[in-house]
Amino acid sequence: MTDQKQDAGHVTAQPVLDVRNLDVSLVGVGQTKVVRDVSVTVNPGETVCVVGESGSGKSVTAFSIMGLLSSEALRCTSGSILLQGENVLEAGPERMRSLRATTMAMVFQEPMTALNPVETVGDQIDEVLRIHRKELGKRERRQRVMAMLESVHLPDPERIYNSYPHQLSGGQRQRVVICIALILEPKLLIADEPTTALDVTTQRQILLLIRELQEKHNTAVLFITHDFGVVADIADRVVVMNRGEVVEMGQRDQILAEPAEDYTRMLVSSVPSLVPDKRTENRNEIVLSVKELGKVYSEKRFLKRRRDVAAAVDINLTLRRGEILGVVGESGSGKSTLARCVVRLQDPTNGEVVICGENIAALRGQPLQTMRKRVQMVFQDPYRSLNPRLTVGDSITEGLTNFGVSREAALAKARELVTLVGLSPDVLQRFPHQFSGGQRQRLCIARALALEPDVLVADEAVSALDVSVQAQVLALLDDIREKTGIGVLFITHDLRVAAQICDTIMVMQDGRMVEFGPAADVLTTPQQAYTRALLDAAPGRHWDFQHFRPL
Amino acid sequence: MFPYVIKRVLATIPVMTMVAVVVFAMLRLTPGDPAAILAGDDASGAQLEQIRRTMGLDQPILTQLFVWLKQLLQGDLGVSLISGTPVVSMIGSRVAPTISLALATIVLTIIVAVPMGVVAARRPGKLLDRTVMTFSVMGFSIPTFVIGYLLIYLLSLKLGWFPVQGYSPIEKGIGPFLHRLVLPTIALSGIYVALVARITRSSVIEVMGEDYIRTARAKGARESTVLLRHALRNAAVPIVTVIGIGVASLITGVVVTESVFNLPGLGRLVVEAVLARDYPVIQGLILLFSFTYVLINLTVDILYTVFDPRIRY
Repeated sequence: MTDQKQDAGHVTAQPVLDVRNLDVSLVGVGQTKVVRDVSVTVNPGETVCVVGESGSGKSVTAFSIMGLLSSEALRCTSGSILLQGENVLEAGPERMRSLRATTMAMVFQEPMTALNPVETVGDQIDEVLRIHRKELGKRERRQRVMAMLESVHLPDPERIYNSYPHQLSGGQRQRVVICIALILEPKLLIADEPTTALDVTTQRQILLLIRELQEKHNTAVLFITHDFGVVADIADRVVVMNRGEVVEMGQRDQILAEPAEDYTRMLVSSVPSLVPDKRTENRNEIVLSVKELGKVYSEKRFLKRRRDVAAAVDINLTLRRGEILGVVGESGSGKSTLARCVVRLQDPTNGEVVICGENIAALRGQPLQTMRKRVQMVFQDPYRSLNPRLTVGDSITEGLTNFGVSREAALAKARELVTLVGLSPDVLQRFPHQFSGGQRQRLCIARALALEPDVLVADEAVSALDVSVQAQVLALLDDIREKTGIGVLFITHDLRVAAQICDTIMVMQDGRMVEFGPAADVLTTPQQAYTRALLDAAPGRHWDFQHFRPL
Repeated sequence: MFPYVIKRVLATIPVMTMVAVVVFAMLRLTPGDPAAILAGDDASGAQLEQIRRTMGLDQPILTQLFVWLKQLLQGDLGVSLISGTPVVSMIGSRVAPTISLALATIVLTIIVAVPMGVVAARRPGKLLDRTVMTFSVMGFSIPTFVIGYLLIYLLSLKLGWFPVQGYSPIEKGIGPFLHRLVLPTIALSGIYVALVARITRSSVIEVMGEDYIRTARAKGARESTVLLRHALRNAAVPIVTVIGIGVASLITGVVVTESVFNLPGLGRLVVEAVLARDYPVIQGLILLFSFTYVLINLTVDILYTVFDPRIRY
């Protein structure tokens, strides 16, 4: 009995994963190293978070372990990856296949695209068993899959089994991906930003689920993330990466409270606080008022009654000059519909959108065209919202020339604007692909400002950016508000971002307004249960990142 | 899926009606007297009158249209001007060789081209891929009749493996039937193999970059499973589209191939009817070909939903 215990103790002493001095290089000329001298260990039952910004090499490291690097582009050039003592870099393709899903498994960032769209999710989970547990009969496999679907708390497993991925929500899909990863109870789970694409409440559920399954099977978890909030909630140990190298590693509390390196300090402290500063009340004139706005999407169906979905119901808000109004809510809450109705990219079904005294809700043709310069929009994805075939200068001046400004005058204005957003005027000749994500979002803001609008609608404008870049863009928006007095309708799902920049906050759920008031009130003394639930789900809410201490 | 199929089937009715009206109008709207066109240059006045009456050309145009549509629905396509036999039975006796040739070509194309494309897509830019693509360029560039005569010269005249020309009905035994179908099928399928192999290759390559392919590999799936089960089915929609277009243009291709190999099929009937200005036969053939096009489109649309459950128009 005691012998067995000692044996078990001996086995757990060996780390499940032991990456030693790993180098990964680009294939071809130069062989640039994208990962340099990285060492990481993960013990059974332990969660190790690898944190870093985009381009830090954290995902490349994860894919190296699974042997999923595209062999034409990237190759592990030195070091070793020991999985339960076995170097997987020396394992042949057949051995690697037999290790995947059985000993090590992976959950991916994008649940929307990680599943095969043309197969039912039941079949896709079942495939793992068909590959690795050939001895199981059809009925046994189905039972195992059903049990797995239940263990990730999916409602109505029978229905889910026969569903196609597009019939499920993002959170449900991620649960399915977790089923695929964990059905064979692997020793190591690699999670690559598994909750980044999800809402806060869904994120919380998925994090709890991973923790629950980890405790049940004593799984070692290597968790890749850019979010220190998540780190504060789940990590045992933390590895900070930057530009392909490990900057620092240590116990969670040590990294969060006493980071040794400047880079870590910068990363940790750039996590915005959930508590907004007190702001003075804005008594400027009203530039935008939305009254009883509603939007209904109708779907015509063959031989069936038309289906109506109300995306926005009875929305009322006012925005003053120089004010930033945050609209927060989860996906499907109707916040983007509201944004699109305000700029009239969509036509509201009812209600008014009054901009500078004129109701634009039902304008058409030329009068609408004229009003478009009063309200402009910045979109979520800076990689796709600039035309890749136009120079930045052409993109910025397009609106001006549409409104009859001469090309010279428009270019002069564009030079002024790119300076305002913190770039040099000579960028106007270049094309969007020559800029980083943060720079592109600055250019998008410059483009939106070109017509000197009274209202700027920013739809998740910083969601695709790294925290440090995010902080810079938010500071820029704040600065522009000061300088130009523009009113900003700021759509976001991220409460920390909202706390950092917004004067007032409106919380939306299922197309309805749940709560509306000054940011400080909404975020510190929420009146509605839903707002409280959102706040509770925000990762890392018990940690004060600016001051490196628990709250 | 079921309502979708019904909707698609119902949507073919207006299309077919329009085709019928256009075919009807074709003869009536050509300049001059249709009866004179039908009767030929040296017909007498009495003969013309006779033709007008038997064809109902003396009736108002809408009555004529109504009668024509009614006859169509009863399967009556009229009578050949040359032989006097009903058009339906003329087409019926020529359908078998064409259908055999078309079906054999489609089957050969799919069996050869899809694996070629998948194999090429496995390692783009490598030797196997380049070989496949070279063949495909050749398939595109060499006209069907050149391939046909080359095959006849080499395999029939020089080596004597296959008969030079001709058709043997399937009722006379499956052996000779297939034996005589081999060369025309190869000749006709060249261009379609090239086309389908290319599109298979490019759409499989595209799908191989998708996230769910990575998921499949992370499950420990074999590379062959990844290719065939996960990539190919997701790549199917463009492939099916091109095969559909191919089958439709096959019908045009059949005219040449049947002439080269002297097969008594519909392609030859088209040539004969046009040369003889046998209008009722031409009308019947146009209707038949249009109907085939509509049917192919319908099949392709339904196949989309079989391969991709997200597609519901």
